[in-house]
Amino acid sequence: MSVQAVSGTSNVAAAILPRRGGLAGSFSDLLWRKPGLLLFLMLAPPLLWLGVVYIGSLIALLAQSFFSIDEFSGLISRELTLKTYGDLLQAVNLDIIVRTVTMAAVVTLASAIIAFPIAYYAARYARGTWKALFYLGVMLPLWSSYLVKIYAWKLILAKEGILTWLFAKLHLSWLLDSWLSLPVIGGNSLSVSFTGTFIVFVYVWLPFMILPIQAALERVPGNLVEASSDLGASPRQTFRNVLFPLALPGIVAGSIFTFSLTLGDYIIPQIIGTSRLFIGQAVYAQQGTAGNIPLAAAFTVVPVVIMGFYLWGAKRMGAFDAL
Amino acid sequence: MRSDRSQSAPTGLKIAAAAGLAFLHLPILLIFVYAFTTEEKSYQWPPPGFTTQWFAVTWGRADVWQALGLSVQVAAISTGIALVLGTLCAAAVSQTRFFGREAISLLVILPIALPGIITGIALRSAFSLAEIPFSFWTIVLGHATFCVVVVYNNAVARFRRTSGSLIEASMDLGADGFQTFRHVILPNIGTALLAGGMLAFALSFDEVIVTTFTAGQQQTLPIWMLEELVRPRQRPVTNVVAMVVVLATLLPILAAYYLTREGDQIAGAGK
Repeated sequence: MSVQAVSGTSNVAAAILPRRGGLAGSFSDLLWRKPGLLLFLMLAPPLLWLGVVYIGSLIALLAQSFFSIDEFSGLISRELTLKTYGDLLQAVNLDIIVRTVTMAAVVTLASAIIAFPIAYYAARYARGTWKALFYLGVMLPLWSSYLVKIYAWKLILAKEGILTWLFAKLHLSWLLDSWLSLPVIGGNSLSVSFTGTFIVFVYVWLPFMILPIQAALERVPGNLVEASSDLGASPRQTFRNVLFPLALPGIVAGSIFTFSLTLGDYIIPQIIGTSRLFIGQAVYAQQGTAGNIPLAAAFTVVPVVIMGFYLWGAKRMGAFDAL
Repeated sequence: MRSDRSQSAPTGLKIAAAAGLAFLHLPILLIFVYAFTTEEKSYQWPPPGFTTQWFAVTWGRADVWQALGLSVQVAAISTGIALVLGTLCAAAVSQTRFFGREAISLLVILPIALPGIITGIALRSAFSLAEIPFSFWTIVLGHATFCVVVVYNNAVARFRRTSGSLIEASMDLGADGFQTFRHVILPNIGTALLAGGMLAFALSFDEVIVTTFTAGQQQTLPIWMLEELVRPRQRPVTNVVAMVVVLATLLPILAAYYLTREGDQIAGAGK
């Protein structure tokens, strides 16, 4: 017993290595003795970059929304005021906000409806190679170039494009024409209508909806669905009472992306859409041609506030566990 | 009343899933057809004829090469910065416990969670307040900010699977911190970093919204593309560039998938 203890201590003594020589060695020893210093050195560069440069910029932006522009001279006065927020509440700007939020809501709803079957099939039925193919089938469009995707739709929706041709071949041109003659959602051709904007939004954000729904559905045990049908529920009832409630956190998680991305986008409605503005375009126009940085800054506060409430609601529904 | 475990999906579900996937892929495939069209003035379908002459024309365009070169440089440097910052952050968050850990992961995700236009205009107004002129480096600064999250996500996922006792064992066996990093930590997280780096590269290479705010006169490839979309000059050249961009982004994504597929965090989940 005592012999063991003695040999134990001598081993410990042998295990204590002499101090390392050289600058690098003693620096390494210092870091090992003071983990706090190591942590500080690891965190300082990213925190300086993100915490100071990025957050600093965001705060500078927020601060500018409390400045105002002198309408006659076009100069920006740096006195704190709520005047710019008053301008934001003008009818024309409220229209822009309502239009954007409505579009975001409709896009989110449509994405959820299209995404669900893909996510459900991938989660429950696809196995092995098929599962990998499904995964890549969602990831590739997600990561493909954003502008190329928009460009592809410009080709498709153009008046002389493939969709018009397809409708003509199917002798359904009257359907397309009557759709385009509808007020608000119609237009000269699909590529200059809200319908076109809507289709492209759904297309570009759809993968962001599929992935979280699939993640939520992966966690639903298959025998739960079987038990439901064993107990006499029709597929429709099973969907409504079993699958849908369990998938809901995933849908809400996906909707965070589709909603937020639609709120902030300004390129899609600029290239495929009407001349009526969305929030992103208003921000771009205010800071660029109009030179009204305070109003542009106040406009950017709108999606941030909306998303703040949205995230708060989503957190209460448990959506973050599905991410 | 089914008791047999039927593994075949209902026909309706199959059709809906297949239609959804077709909706995701057909538009991109269409780009490949248009790259060969002989039509110059419109987006006419079906194409009146096919030709490969536009590839030669595009090859000879100096502005395309310049934009491509700038995009590659920006993406390479931003990826480098993101690799350093993202790995440091991931190591700190996953290997240690400290006050404010949750806040750090939120901070890293923020540049990509907020709409790009907010990041863009915030940086632009900060540059103008600080009187920094637009340059190559202002573009890099914007790109690196949102690329950090991709590297971070991949590295954090791998750090979680790497046992901390490996590092302790290395130190116990007499390696100093740098040797441990080089011979133990780096081989363990290497593929995750490679995957994260490729995705960051793809993200930066494709970015347009933040870039429109942080670039001066320089044109990255997406900015060039945006110009062509807003004011088309030579549509066939745009078609060819679009096709090349699709092919160029395809490869890093496939590679990143193969590098991280073994039960790892979904590589792109943070985009």
